[in-house]
Amino acid sequence: MAKIVIDGVEYEVNPDNNLLQECLSQGLDLPYFCWHPSMGSVGACRQCAVKQYRDEDDKEGMLVMACMTPASDGAIISLEDEQAKSFRSDVIESLMISHPHDCPVCEEGGECHLQDMTQMSGHNYRRYDKKKRTHRNQYLGPFINHEMNRCITCYRCVRYYDDYAGGTDLSAQASHHHVYFGRHEEGVLESEFSGNLVEVCPTGVFTDKAFSQHYSRKWDLQTAPSVCVGCSVGCNTAPGERYGTLRRIVNRYNSEVNGYFLCDRGRFGFDYVNSRERLLEPVKRVDNTGELLADDEIKAVIKEFSREGTIGIGSPRASNESNFALKTMVGDENFFAGYSDSESESMAAVLTLASDKAFHSPSVRKIEEADAVLILGEDVTNVAPRIALALRQSVRNKAMDLASESRIPQWQDAAVRELAQHERSPLSILSPAVSRLDDIAADRVIESLPALVAMGHQIANKISGSAPAATSPEHDAVAEKIAAQLKGAKRPLIVAGSSNGSELIKAAANIARALHEDGEDAAIDLCLLVPEVNSIGMGLMAAEENSLGVALDKLSSGAAKRVIVLENDLYRRAAKSQVDSALDKAEKVLVLDQVTTATTAKADVILPVTAFSEHEATYINYEGRAQLSFQVHQCQKMAQPAWRWISDAAHIDDLVERCCSEAPGFAKLRDVLPGENPFIAGMKVPRQSHRYSGRTAMIANVNVHEPKQMEDKESIMSFSMEGISAQKDPSIMASPWAPKWNSNQSISKFQDEVNGELKQGHVGSLLFEKTASGSYFDVPAVAAQPSGKQLHLALSYQIFGSDELSARAEPIRERMTDAYVGICPEDAQSRGLAQGDVATITPTGAPVVVCIRTGVKPGTALLYCGDANISPAEFTGLLEIEKSAAQATSRGISSLIVSDFQEEEI
Amino acid sequence: MVTKPLTKNIDMSRPPLDIAAYEANEGYQSLHAIAKGLSPEDVLQLVKDSGLKGRGGAGFPTGLKWSFVPSGDNSPKQKYLVVNADEMEPGTFKDRLLMEGDPHLLLEGMLIAAYTIQASKAYIFLRGEYTVSEQALRKAIKEAYEKGYLGKNILGTGFDLDIIMHTSAGRYICGEETALLNALEGKRANPRAKPPFPQVSGLWGKPTIVNNVETICNLPGILTYGVDWYHGLTKGNDHGTKLFGVSGKVKTPGCWELPLGLPIRELIENYAGGMQDGLELRGFLPGGGSTDFMLPEHLDITLDYDEIAKVGSRLATGTMIILDDKTCPVGMVGNLMKFFAHESCGFCTPCRDGLPWVDQIFRDFENGLGSEKDLQILHDHVTYLGPGRTFCALAPGATAPLGSGLKHFKEDFEKHITEKRCSYKH
Repeated sequence: MAKIVIDGVEYEVNPDNNLLQECLSQGLDLPYFCWHPSMGSVGACRQCAVKQYRDEDDKEGMLVMACMTPASDGAIISLEDEQAKSFRSDVIESLMISHPHDCPVCEEGGECHLQDMTQMSGHNYRRYDKKKRTHRNQYLGPFINHEMNRCITCYRCVRYYDDYAGGTDLSAQASHHHVYFGRHEEGVLESEFSGNLVEVCPTGVFTDKAFSQHYSRKWDLQTAPSVCVGCSVGCNTAPGERYGTLRRIVNRYNSEVNGYFLCDRGRFGFDYVNSRERLLEPVKRVDNTGELLADDEIKAVIKEFSREGTIGIGSPRASNESNFALKTMVGDENFFAGYSDSESESMAAVLTLASDKAFHSPSVRKIEEADAVLILGEDVTNVAPRIALALRQSVRNKAMDLASESRIPQWQDAAVRELAQHERSPLSILSPAVSRLDDIAADRVIESLPALVAMGHQIANKISGSAPAATSPEHDAVAEKIAAQLKGAKRPLIVAGSSNGSELIKAAANIARALHEDGEDAAIDLCLLVPEVNSIGMGLMAAEENSLGVALDKLSSGAAKRVIVLENDLYRRAAKSQVDSALDKAEKVLVLDQVTTATTAKADVILPVTAFSEHEATYINYEGRAQLSFQVHQCQKMAQPAWRWISDAAHIDDLVERCCSEAPGFAKLRDVLPGENPFIAGMKVPRQSHRYSGRTAMIANVNVHEPKQMEDKESIMSFSMEGISAQKDPSIMASPWAPKWNSNQSISKFQDEVNGELKQGHVGSLLFEKTASGSYFDVPAVAAQPSGKQLHLALSYQIFGSDELSARAEPIRERMTDAYVGICPEDAQSRGLAQGDVATITPTGAPVVVCIRTGVKPGTALLYCGDANISPAEFTGLLEIEKSAAQATSRGISSLIVSDFQEEEI
Repeated sequence: MVTKPLTKNIDMSRPPLDIAAYEANEGYQSLHAIAKGLSPEDVLQLVKDSGLKGRGGAGFPTGLKWSFVPSGDNSPKQKYLVVNADEMEPGTFKDRLLMEGDPHLLLEGMLIAAYTIQASKAYIFLRGEYTVSEQALRKAIKEAYEKGYLGKNILGTGFDLDIIMHTSAGRYICGEETALLNALEGKRANPRAKPPFPQVSGLWGKPTIVNNVETICNLPGILTYGVDWYHGLTKGNDHGTKLFGVSGKVKTPGCWELPLGLPIRELIENYAGGMQDGLELRGFLPGGGSTDFMLPEHLDITLDYDEIAKVGSRLATGTMIILDDKTCPVGMVGNLMKFFAHESCGFCTPCRDGLPWVDQIFRDFENGLGSEKDLQILHDHVTYLGPGRTFCALAPGATAPLGSGLKHFKEDFEKHITEKRCSYKH
């Protein structure tokens, strides 16, 4: 620690940080623009100028930029110095000379960092009376608006988009006061993380286009802390509601998980909550139409389904509480996993490894700390996007080391990048196809899945001779290199997942175990990705032998008469014939879900279920982190949390408590609930801001009498403006706000220190106990080789489309492609297939679009199932492709971006 | 005895000397001295002893700059020499004379510099508009390769050097050495944060020396004729000769190699022929567009870095712009402000958004729309754009003519406001 003096007061600070960061960490107000807590300093905006004095005798001092000056021991600075204040005011004055002052019609208004900083800097009288410079705006796709006239040229957007997130299609153009931030031509922003521009931009240049369609001011949104349900990372979000519809999602800071950033699936994929496909009333099938169920009929249905002979199928996209309620209702032995049998196998491996002392499942923040990474067969960007963004940061650890050697502070962002240039920590990708991380990869091997498995085992064996031997002679040299890199690393990380079966997970585990054996006792970071928000919770809940296949067989064979399907479309999980036969044979099918699916079409009774923003729930992410997601708003119709239909529990906390004590593995789930005495003077935490407006008038079109605010008996939050300030406990704070800080930048007021944990907040509860010491997995027998026209199959995923619910959101749909099969040019030629042709795939005969990609191994076909009702479960490692006479639909594969097709030079 | 080591071969009435003629006039002797065993350390010591200061404008001691380059077995293998030939300072045309007139002198100097810091690659970052220089240099480089003075294992020394010619797309900011390096790497020409300094981490993250053309051209003489000879050239405190230029309404504008330490009066009256008939000297910028105005009362000050600094200006590039009494000083400063506003790289706020405002105000003055309020804003910007407030020296450079112009030509600014016109216009 170091001591510095700020305006006569001594502070203890971290000398590795800069003065701006330390001023903010100390809770002082110092305006800034270009500095960002996770992107460091470049010294562009000059807004954070302070006066620094050489020593106590120095009365003159000199202006320095706080963000570019280290907080070295003994530093004496002044924020209040007149010269510094006047310079800061001058800077704002220049930034504002061409700004349109269109706050009343700007989406950023009310949460605008520029507004806040202008106020703070004291510039309030406009002297500039010349012509303003103006810009033309661009179409940037369905997610982002562009309004360049508002730009204050802080360079944050390109530093985020290009330097931080690895984008290539947003750049700073032109010079002097004409600097322009945009694409080389109009078009969709390609990065999967473009939505963060909305939050990174300190003013309204980049705003949320989907939000603009039904805009509301920040202070008018009802909001609560939530968890993204788009994938297994469990990023923390703050959804906002107004007039009964969900309007937008913004990031909610969690130091261990998402930090400051979300992916575009998470940010823009919520629209299904408002969609017409929502199920909103309990109905029963009468002939071929639905008929509303009366309350007593619902009771009768539940009673009927509580009888012997009912099985329950859970869901990886439902909460722990709903899965647990179903399990309790049907009994442990009748509760079945709601994902494919292949997923069951993978999950068994993931859960076994989770309790193994040799491994550590790293949080997103820990992933950023890795100094050598191997990705084994997983398309991280499309499966768990936020982790891909973290991996991009991990390869910069080499640069950070180089900077330390040259005594350049790590926060000197531009200097560190210029010093390191293309030097990166090694990241190796073993994959069936090119991936969006190839541009930062040191090595990349494209192979069929069986060959990737073999190579994984080969690497393990090269690290430690006690790992079972496997050979893949073609890639011996690169396997040797990767093994050496991992062995030499201080913090190696192996990434795999369940996308293509359990064998890759096992191979990855062997590599990590070999490293563990080879090195010290520390557990090795093994990041195993699963597809859905609560895949892990589902896996913990269902007995290993209770796979979906067994459940469907029970129904087909008549061993079970009735089935309750919880928030699940079984047609995505198992072969159509198998599901058809099971549901046709079942005497009665009860489906609880949010939206209509192929499965609800087969239901005898449908009970409508609330969406993620309409209920409080817990989910468990890929690393076993349980997180609590609060209810944001009420469902306007009759949907309820699934557990409420099928359980007699009065309160979610009761279910959590029961789940903790009854379900193995969930003992620490209760830790996510708010503390025992969260209330001050009996007051709740309001979901509405203290500036929430129009409450008395908002339903005046229906009734001029203002109804009593709905009471929330469930949670510590209220549907109201009244209550204690949420800011007292940042873990139940959705939308940060502090006096003078209306934008998301106010988060620093609630962190222990900049980039630190939230004060008093918690980052979720890790459920897995490390109890076991496992052993190596065996190398699998040689997989079936393709014969005749067959190709090896590898399943492919898309950030926009592979997730069932977000694929129903309108902005996401604009970015989606049809189901496609990706093959190399040689395989396409030999089958007479051209780009965009329609082909049928055997065994199902489903039509898919042909996508010819250079980065696919000859003899391998990538299959992306999309929302086309093709179940991956139909295929067993091999498939055939035939040209079809059918025409491609309008969507086709035009939304794929260039790097999906072409190999990146490594 | 050579007295004009920079220009001894230059005769603009004929093409520059080819390699044979250049060698015949004692050219490339330094290279042969190196081949005979002069070590990099020896050369560095000679350059330090010579007291050579950088001729690009800042006047930083060249030997000291070179000594920051890490040497020895643990230092990075690849090092670079970059010649800053992006001569864009307003009123400055001295490097152009050297490159068009005697390209081999530059190449010989580059060999010396590259050998000293052990750089195997050297770049000439040339202003794009200097097409004649480009042709001359390309021809000279070709000749040097053919002669074995460039390429691998030069004259059996084991020293390799490739010279790469890079013609710039043209921005004033590329004269700032780190912006130049960014441009050379294909990035936006924004100045870099320092540290790291280029000597340690420059081009592509490797140790790099960036020197001005004229600085490099001083080297062959120092090695060929020795430090004592070099010290004998000057008439002032600083060593060597320097190219001095004069532009504006003098009788014979031009560029001459002169010893440092001559009185300014001698340059203007003897070499530039004095003011054109009917014109009086009103003031002058001693070293290009980003230096403070000096006045006729300063004519007896000598052309020395320190002497000129004493009266609040800078010798900088040594190329003077003369202001006469029939030219509007407000217009002259405005013209410079237009240039600086346009050439701001757009990275930091005061420069990017402050200079265009200043430029706009000058346009208003020109059109009779000047006001007291705007005059105050100009004064405010002299402080606002000053040293320490901006990311690099471009905007502080612009405040030199602005601040001194406001001070020395106050009545002209006020006349523009009261008469609502520029009285110099007919």
